[in-house]
Amino acid sequence: MRNIWTIARREIRLYFSSPIAYIVGLLIFLITGIYFVLTIYLSGQAAYTTGSATAPGPDLVIGLMVFLFLFAVPALSMRLMADEHRNGTLELLLTAPIREWELVIGKWLGSFLFVFIIIVITFIYPIVLNSLVTPGIDQGLMMANYLAITLVAAAFLAIGTAISSFFNNQFAAFFATLAVLFFLWVVIGWPAVVLQGSGGIFNYLSMSTHFSSMQTGTVALSDIVYYLSLTVLGLFLGTVAVEIRRWK
Amino acid sequence: MIRTTGLTKDYGARRAIDNLTFEANQGEVVGFLGPNGAGKTTTMRILAGYMPPTLGTAQIAGFDVVEESIEVRRRVGYLPETVPLYSDMTVFDYLKFMADLRHLPNGDEMVDNALEMVQMEQRADGYISNLSKGMRQRVGLAQALLHKPEVLILDEPTIGLDPAQVVEVRGIIREIGKERTVLLSTHILSEAQQLCDRVLIINKGRIVAEDTPENLQARLVGAERSILRIRGDAEELMPLISKINGVQDIKIRPDGAMEFQFAPGVDVRPEVAKTVVQSGFDLLELSPIGLSLEEIFLELTRDGAPTK
Repeated sequence: MRNIWTIARREIRLYFSSPIAYIVGLLIFLITGIYFVLTIYLSGQAAYTTGSATAPGPDLVIGLMVFLFLFAVPALSMRLMADEHRNGTLELLLTAPIREWELVIGKWLGSFLFVFIIIVITFIYPIVLNSLVTPGIDQGLMMANYLAITLVAAAFLAIGTAISSFFNNQFAAFFATLAVLFFLWVVIGWPAVVLQGSGGIFNYLSMSTHFSSMQTGTVALSDIVYYLSLTVLGLFLGTVAVEIRRWK
Repeated sequence: MIRTTGLTKDYGARRAIDNLTFEANQGEVVGFLGPNGAGKTTTMRILAGYMPPTLGTAQIAGFDVVEESIEVRRRVGYLPETVPLYSDMTVFDYLKFMADLRHLPNGDEMVDNALEMVQMEQRADGYISNLSKGMRQRVGLAQALLHKPEVLILDEPTIGLDPAQVVEVRGIIREIGKERTVLLSTHILSEAQQLCDRVLIINKGRIVAEDTPENLQARLVGAERSILRIRGDAEELMPLISKINGVQDIKIRPDGAMEFQFAPGVDVRPEVAKTVVQSGFDLLELSPIGLSLEEIFLELTRDGAPTK
């Protein structure tokens, strides 16, 4: 546990001193901020002209954020392991008394905590929204949305960490992660649309199906298990990748 | 402290090291000498617990490098050839990070001690990205010394250093080698001679010679094999020379010169010279023949060289 935290702490520090993390963070806040203000403004206008309007829900920016994470996570996770390979520092880490899985989990945890900080900052949107609408927002729905985005971020980052473990070049890791996330988010659900009733398995495998379900406020155990399994699988594959490199 | 038996490593179809068996004991500095690509780094990586061997076993302080890798890594200080460092960190933060990974109870103090050993205290707060190659090498060495390891494995520890730094680093290694086990690789023969109690010459993954630097030199340099050239008939002089105590394996070469060998540590050349002159011959040449240490090295590491 201590090794995991040592590795994670270094990662967080590294994010706060790297321009790419600031750019990613800034873009997320900028895009979600503009979207939030614009939506509030437009529904305010609608209320003014028509006399009443449906207030935006607490899921207002979450849907947009998950879309942004599809691009942000590969940018944040691409260097996690690939850089250690490229710089030779992996040799240093793996000759210290630390196990491969501790290294991989530490790396993932560092990136997850950084993204979690971003998620926590966006809490400002539901708080502002709560003060604008009467009688306030649906707290349960808000929590379900935030739980969903946190679980998605954890799974995305675990996949990113695993893919970064297979590459020496961080840009190759970026595009590979982007492709895999896009596949798991969008493409894998297509057979379900085509096959209708018999395509249930594809629906279950699709990350976006579970997300949409949680976004409506229904938190099923199967959704949580799905995202946690994906996270564990990512971390497991990352560990395997590091071990393969040692044995090669 | 270090014991390997039949250590073999294949990279795909290429055999990097082949059946290496050697030992290094406590308080001994063992040099690993060989040309680039001989298998030095591979062997050191296996011993440091970075990669497993394909065949054979290696033990450090009684722990198997594969089965008890974590125990081995706790006891080994390793300086890789390329000295991988985190350039975004300060020297102190980097060493503290490594100290934390090693769970050192008084990390700050241990970092200070290591920095003192490599004389880098003044640069503790400087960023690694701003350090010269020599200083980076010293930070790498500080990292290897941090936890006062029982076994120190140093891959080309003086490469890229200026002459003054080379002297300093060699001094540090010599000091550490008094109490602990040091295995260092180098391709600088004089360095091996100065630092090592024992030298292993490795080529194409095999040990081709193993001895103390002195014996290796005595055995191979050819100082004990001499050529004697006189004016006159060598055949006539030969019985007189062969009578001298210590002269062995005497023969006349096709060019008329005499060649002989003498036992290590007994220099018979003054006696030979005296005998030549007293017998009324003119002495034209009396010199050691054979190879310089560099030539020996090339000889031992050339294609088809015999193994030990």
